[in-house]
Amino acid sequence: MTDHHGDIDAVSGKSTTGHEWDGIKELNTPLPRWWVISFYLTIIWAIGYWIVYPAWPLISSHTTGLLGYSTRANLAVELANLEVARGEKMAALAAAPLADIEKDPALLALARAKGRTVFGDNCAPCHGSGASGAKGFPNLNDDDWLWGGTLEQIMQTIQYGARSGHAKTHEGQMLAFGKDGVLKPDEIVTVANYVRSLSGLSTRKEYDAAKGEKIFAENCVACHGDGGKGNQELGAPNLTDKIWLYGSDEATLIETISQGRAGVMPAWDGRLDPATIKAMAVYVHSLGGGK
Amino acid sequence: MNKTVNPNELTSDDDYGPLYAARKKVYPQSVSGTFRRIKWGLMAFCLGVYYFLPFVRWNRGLGAPSQAVLIDLPNSRFYFFFIELWPQEVYYFTGLLIVAAVALFLMNSIGGRIWCGYLCPQTVWTDLFYAVERLIEGDRRERMKKDKSSDPMKLERISEIVLKHSIWLLIAWWTGGAWVLYFNDAPTLVKELVTFQAPMIAYIWIGILTATTYVLAGFMREQVCTYMCPWPRIQAALTDEWALNVTYRYDRGEKRTSVKKAIELRALGEQVGDCVDCFQCVAVCPTGIDIRNGPQLECIQCGLCIDACDNVMKKIGRPTRLIGYDNDINIQRRQEGKAPVYRIVRARTVVYSAIIAVVGGIMLYTLATRSLLDVNVLHDRNPIAVKLSDGSIRNAYTVRLLNKSGYDRVVAIDADGPANLTIHVVGVDSVTPDRPMVVIPRDSTSELRLLVTAPAESNPEKSIPVRFHVTDIGLGEVASTTDNFVSP
Repeated sequence: MTDHHGDIDAVSGKSTTGHEWDGIKELNTPLPRWWVISFYLTIIWAIGYWIVYPAWPLISSHTTGLLGYSTRANLAVELANLEVARGEKMAALAAAPLADIEKDPALLALARAKGRTVFGDNCAPCHGSGASGAKGFPNLNDDDWLWGGTLEQIMQTIQYGARSGHAKTHEGQMLAFGKDGVLKPDEIVTVANYVRSLSGLSTRKEYDAAKGEKIFAENCVACHGDGGKGNQELGAPNLTDKIWLYGSDEATLIETISQGRAGVMPAWDGRLDPATIKAMAVYVHSLGGGK
Repeated sequence: MNKTVNPNELTSDDDYGPLYAARKKVYPQSVSGTFRRIKWGLMAFCLGVYYFLPFVRWNRGLGAPSQAVLIDLPNSRFYFFFIELWPQEVYYFTGLLIVAAVALFLMNSIGGRIWCGYLCPQTVWTDLFYAVERLIEGDRRERMKKDKSSDPMKLERISEIVLKHSIWLLIAWWTGGAWVLYFNDAPTLVKELVTFQAPMIAYIWIGILTATTYVLAGFMREQVCTYMCPWPRIQAALTDEWALNVTYRYDRGEKRTSVKKAIELRALGEQVGDCVDCFQCVAVCPTGIDIRNGPQLECIQCGLCIDACDNVMKKIGRPTRLIGYDNDINIQRRQEGKAPVYRIVRARTVVYSAIIAVVGGIMLYTLATRSLLDVNVLHDRNPIAVKLSDGSIRNAYTVRLLNKSGYDRVVAIDADGPANLTIHVVGVDSVTPDRPMVVIPRDSTSELRLLVTAPAESNPEKSIPVRFHVTDIGLGEVASTTDNFVSP
C-alpha cells in the first residue's frame, strides 16, 4: 500500500489512497489491526495443521501428518471394540444348539435383535423391511416354504442361497414349457386352469379338466408331485394352498408355465459370520411361519 | 404500606434504594427465644433426616436392595420403605410435586414464608454456617471488628479463619456425601468412598454438592433468597390480607423514643411508642433488613426479630410481641383502634387443603390398589396381517409382561376375541397348547412374541378388538389389555 498520509481529505480529515475519479478521492480506511493479526495467525495455524494432520493430496496417496491421525483407522478401532463388547453374548449364541435358542428368552431376544438389524441391512431390499416379500420374493411371515421352514432348513437356505452358484446351493427350476416348445399354447391354457382348480380357484367354462390333469401328470408331477403338493427338495411350490409367489391369476400362471421361473437367493456363507447367520435363522423362524 | 406516600417526595436513594448496589455483609447477632428454639429443632430434624436416612434399612427379601430410601438408577427403580416404583409409574412423582407445590401455597396463605424461614435448605444450611462462624469468630460485634481491622493478621486470626472454612467444608462435604448415598447402598458406598473404590461419578457429585453448599451457605447466603430464588416473587403474588406475616406493630411502636425519655414522657401522661430504637431486630436479621419498614421482599420471616424484640420488651417492662405474626387487615384495624381479627379457614386455605386431600387421596388409592402384574401389547406394524397357506389369518404382537412383585410368577395368556382364535408364543411349547404359559422372574419384565391366528372360515372383519388376559395361575391375579385383530 502506498502511503499517502500527506494527502488528507478536507471534509473527513482522513488520509486518502491517492486514487481520484472525476475529482472524488478514495478515503484510506485500512482493516482493523486486530483483524489483520488474527488473519495472519490463522495462516500460521494452518501451516501447523498441515504438518501434524493429513492435509495435501499426492498423486496416489496424501500427506499423513505427524500425529498419524486417520478417521478410517479410528473407525476400525471402534468397530473392533464393539465386537469385543458384543463378543461374550455372541459367543453364547454361537455355542448354543440351534434348537435351544428360542427356548432361552435371553438368547431369543439377542437373536431377534441381531437378526432384525442384519435383515434390514441385507435382506430387506428383496424380502421387504417386514419380511412380507413381494412378487417373486417369498413372504417369510407365512407358513409356506419353498425350501423348508424348520430352523435347520432356513439356516441352510440363508447360508447357501437358492440357485446362487454356491456349491451347496438349492437347485431346481421351473422349466419354460412354452418358450422351449414342450407345450403348445392351448395346452398351457388348459394346464393353467387345471392348476387353478387344485386350490379351488375358478376355471374357464370351456376348459377340459381331464386333459389338464393329463398334461399335468405328464409334465408337472415330476417336480410338483402327485396332486401338486410341491417338493421342498427342488423348491417346487405347493400348488394347492392359498399362497402364490408370482400370482394365481390365469395370465400370470400362463406366463409362469411358458417362460419358467428361477428366482435367485444369494448365498450368505462367507459374507456373514456363522453366529450372525444363526441369529438370522432364528429371527426368520420366529417371525411366525417357522415349522 | 398503610403510610401514604407522595411519589413526588421519593427522590433520594433512601426511598427507592440504588438500582445497583454492592452487597452489605450481614453479621447476624445470636439471639435466644421461642422462634430460635423452633428453628434449632427443625434444623436438627431436617438435617438428621437428610444425613441419616440412607442408613435406614428395610428388608425386602433376598436379592432386593435393603435400603429404605433408594433411587436405583441402573435398574430404574425407586424404593421408599414399602413402596417400589417403576419408571412407568412416574406419575406418582407428578402427584407428589403437585402436593408439594400446593402445600407450599397453603403454608403461605396461613403463615407467610414458613418454608423460607424454617425449612428451606438454603435457610437451614446458612443458619448452620452462621452458627459455626459465631462459635469460632464470636458474635456480631466481634466479627464486624475483625473484618474491619486493618492490622496485619496474627496467627490466632489466621487459625480462626482456617478453622471456620475447614468446618464449613466438612459440613459441605458431608452434605454431598449424603446425597450420593441415596443412589447406592449406603454402607457399601461409604466403604468404597473411604477406600477410593467408588465410581468416579460419586466423587464428582460429592464435589459438586460440596462446592454448592460451601458457596451458597458460606458466601451467597441471603443473596440467594433475594436475587436468585423465584419463590419470593411468586409468594408475593399468592399472598392475601389474611396471611400471617412477621410484622412490626406501628400502632404500639411509634413514636420511637429512648428508654429514659419514654419513662419521663409516660410519667407526664403523654403517648409514646414502645419501640426504643435499640436496633436489636436489625442486628439479629439474617438478611440485614429493618422489619419496621414493613413487609419486604428480602424478609424470609424466620421470626428471629420477634425473639430479639421480646427480650428487649421484657427487660424494659413493656408487653412482648411488638414484632409478631400478624396480618395486613389487623395492621389497618389496629391503627383505627379496633380489635384484631384472624381467619385461618377461608376460601383460599379450604381450596388448597381440598386439592392436597384430593391429589393425596388419589395417589394413596392408586398406590394401594395398583396391580403388581401388568401387560402391554403392541401390534406388529409390518406386516399388519399374514395370510397362511390354508387361508387363515395371523397377526403378530409384541407382548411385554411386567412382574412388579418380589416373587417369580407363572402366567397363562388368553386371547378373548372372535371364536376359534388360536394363540402361540414363539419359543414356548406349552403343555396347554391353546393357553401358553410362561414364567416371569420377579421384579422384571419379559418380552414375548405372540401369534394369534383366526381360521379361514371365520372370515373376520377388517379389524376387531381382541382382549388379552394374563393370569397368574398361582394367585389368580389378572392383567388385561385390548388390541385389534386385523385382516389383510
